[in-house]
Amino acid sequence: MSKMHLDPQRTIERVNATLGRRYRKEQRFRRFGLGAVALGLLFVALMFLNIIGTGYSAFQQTRVLLDINYSEEMIDPEGTRDPAILSSANYAGVIKQALRDRFPGVTSRGDKRELYTLVSSGAALILRQQVMENPGLIGTRASVWVPADDDIDMLVKGHIDRAVPESERRVKDQMVAWVESLEVEGRVAKVFNTTFLTSGDSREPELAGIGGAVMGSLYTLIVTLLLSFPIGVATAVYLEEFAPRNRWTDLVEVNINNLAAVPSIVFGLLGLAVFINFFGLPRSAPLVGGMVLTLMTLPTIIIASRAALKAVPPSIREAALGVGASRMQTVFHHVLPLAMPGMLTGTIIGMAQALGESAPLLMIGMVAFIVDIPGGALDPSTVLPVQIFLWADSPERGFVEKTSAAIMVLLGFLILMNVLAVILRKRFERRW
Amino acid sequence: MSHTLLILILLGLMALAYQLGRRRSLKLVGGSRQVKALHSLPSYYGFYTAIWCGLPALLVLFLWVSLQSSVVRDLVVSGLPDSMQSLPPARLGLVINDIQNLAQGNIVSGEISPAMQAAADHYTRLRQTSQAASFVVVLCIALAGLALGWRFVSPVFRARNRVETVVRWLLVVCSTIAIFTTLGIVLSVLFESIRFFEMVPISQFLFGLEWSPQMAIREDQVGSSGAFGMIPLFAGTLLIALIAMLVAVPIGLMSAVYLAEYAGSHFRAWAKPLLEILAGIPTVVYGFFAALTVAPFIRDNGALLGLDVSSESALAAGLVMGIMIIPFISSLSDDVITAVPQSMRDASLGVGATRSETVRKVILPAALPGIVGGILLAVSRAIGETMIVVMAAGLSANLTANPLQSVTTVTVQIVTLLVGDQEFDSPKTLAAFALGLMLFLITLVLNVVALHVVRKYREAYE
Repeated sequence: MSKMHLDPQRTIERVNATLGRRYRKEQRFRRFGLGAVALGLLFVALMFLNIIGTGYSAFQQTRVLLDINYSEEMIDPEGTRDPAILSSANYAGVIKQALRDRFPGVTSRGDKRELYTLVSSGAALILRQQVMENPGLIGTRASVWVPADDDIDMLVKGHIDRAVPESERRVKDQMVAWVESLEVEGRVAKVFNTTFLTSGDSREPELAGIGGAVMGSLYTLIVTLLLSFPIGVATAVYLEEFAPRNRWTDLVEVNINNLAAVPSIVFGLLGLAVFINFFGLPRSAPLVGGMVLTLMTLPTIIIASRAALKAVPPSIREAALGVGASRMQTVFHHVLPLAMPGMLTGTIIGMAQALGESAPLLMIGMVAFIVDIPGGALDPSTVLPVQIFLWADSPERGFVEKTSAAIMVLLGFLILMNVLAVILRKRFERRW
Repeated sequence: MSHTLLILILLGLMALAYQLGRRRSLKLVGGSRQVKALHSLPSYYGFYTAIWCGLPALLVLFLWVSLQSSVVRDLVVSGLPDSMQSLPPARLGLVINDIQNLAQGNIVSGEISPAMQAAADHYTRLRQTSQAASFVVVLCIALAGLALGWRFVSPVFRARNRVETVVRWLLVVCSTIAIFTTLGIVLSVLFESIRFFEMVPISQFLFGLEWSPQMAIREDQVGSSGAFGMIPLFAGTLLIALIAMLVAVPIGLMSAVYLAEYAGSHFRAWAKPLLEILAGIPTVVYGFFAALTVAPFIRDNGALLGLDVSSESALAAGLVMGIMIIPFISSLSDDVITAVPQSMRDASLGVGATRSETVRKVILPAALPGIVGGILLAVSRAIGETMIVVMAAGLSANLTANPLQSVTTVTVQIVTLLVGDQEFDSPKTLAAFALGLMLFLITLVLNVVALHVVRKYREAYE
């Protein structure tokens, strides 16, 4: 027994002897924690820097100034000014002529072919549009800025190193020389890239844009919002305000919680099997995409809406019931308006999820190569994240910066939506 | 789109019905001063009439639209010559596709025969008839409903109770959509899986060590009989998920501990939302990052060390997936760590333990069930994650534990099997649904277990 009574002096010595080691351990642990946080933040910074670093240059487009001769014999040899003839004229030939005029020294066939690849195939379309709008141009001369080919674009932006040997570079030495001679004359300029923001997809990086994908995303999100917001709010109201506590209600709740964690690709399988194969809805349509995303975002909206309803104090309900309102009137006139900011916040977050989602949309055929900008919820289309996926697979160097830029646009939309949600919560959420 | 127009007309009619019902109720009692003589507020009579006008018509429209395409298809098929009707289902499907394309003026795969042209005209006619008929029928029902509802309006009529009953049923119907979704998922993957298991024995699918669905396209190809073993896919999935967990659990857990126990409120207020940005980034962005930045980085550095790293290594995909999961683990752990009662911390600190000793010996053991639950949820998410692996992991099914080699996952195979042209009775396509079924079951079990663990733990401290 007496051995158990340790001498206090000895105990404190033993504690003090280990104290240094324990404090060092404490320091180490603390540093690990800080390191973990720092590492996480480093990843955030790394991703943003990486994407912005490769993507910002896609917002600029390299253009080349060409002296175009709208010669009558090439565009409209018979002088009829018939729109059908103007529309199918050989504008590519006009461009080629302009290039040959600028570089008269190029004679061999192979060199000429290389010369023609300096400007984009979209240049001919620009001329065509000009002439169609203003047939008076025919027979005149003018200097026109036309988009450069994607390789030249990369060269001018410095993504292709002019110092490496010719064999390891996509752009030949003589092309570099041509571009440099144009640069000296100030005939090469980088302008803001409106093509990227407005046009549809294309096989040519310099002509590809996110306009079609943004419209597709917009239609898909509208369908999702129109379906998921009413259904989600109605479900939340029923479960929170009316449902009796029984096994059916429990089943619904368990289902909602499980659906929140089902992998998104499984929803794609559901959409493919039910909406497309069973109901025969069109493939690649924003309508079907919106329906699939509705099923995916419903759990998010329901859970947020229920939390918002729960936060409304019972005294509000009791007061309304006390002055003779029915339960339905209590909920729709008093509880729901008070819970609405919370519900809207949840809905915006759900919409942000839906905007970034791509896996289920691959299943229902929204990965097709679509050039046209969709005009409605039944037109074949793709969405922004799927467009990113498609471009990320393309081998051309020009698509790498397009992909990053599309990601920047997508992240921009997401940040906007989240900021909106935060503002909504800060401004309208009431604490009781 | 004429159905949009129809719906707009219906909405207009409903607004009209509302006004009519409301006016009639007021008129019957002799103006708004006598409103007390009505059983319900006038607007309820309006709602009642509007419901009669809109609800039946919308239901009929919905049924019409959902059945239209299959009925038209059957009618077109029955109008085809016998020689075409007796084609095998897959060929027949192709013919119908061509007919539809022809009718819509799209490009057709084969040559246009007179029979096809006739069928296409038939198809167009049927669709037009159906469209026009739906217009007439739906509008008739709407007007009939309006008249009926309008006639019901009377001062003793309990309009509010009726309207509330209808609204209540609408709420109930909305709340069952969650159940129908689950049911739809289970049935859609189950039916296709059963068809798959009729072609490929289930034991072979579950325990086979070989996966090469491409071989099964032609009958005479070598190995066309059996290359549907899912073991390599699940091994690959688990390998990538394991790498992801090795990244995410230490970083996520330690940052949660630091933010909850050490960080000042100021640091916490900006570090936490910044970390949670990671959770809001779309997975396709992670996929791009993995494929174009991380994978080449790992390959080049591996080459410097003399290692043979595949350009689609499991390591790159797993690493980036781990980054994606960090905020998931850290916010779930943060919740359970802050839920540990302050008294336990005070007691531990009071007997002289350091902060880290308190964390390791008191808080983490107390929070362990919740943390385990969170980790299980994260594993389930890693297994079901699609875009990162589609973009950064490989396609060949290697049965390997080497993270530097290329492996494939369940989700990658589902995507590659189902994207692009498909025929719906080849084992290749159906295999995707069987994989989907397995994925659904595994994640379901993980989720149920995890939610159970988390909930049980929460009850203990509340």
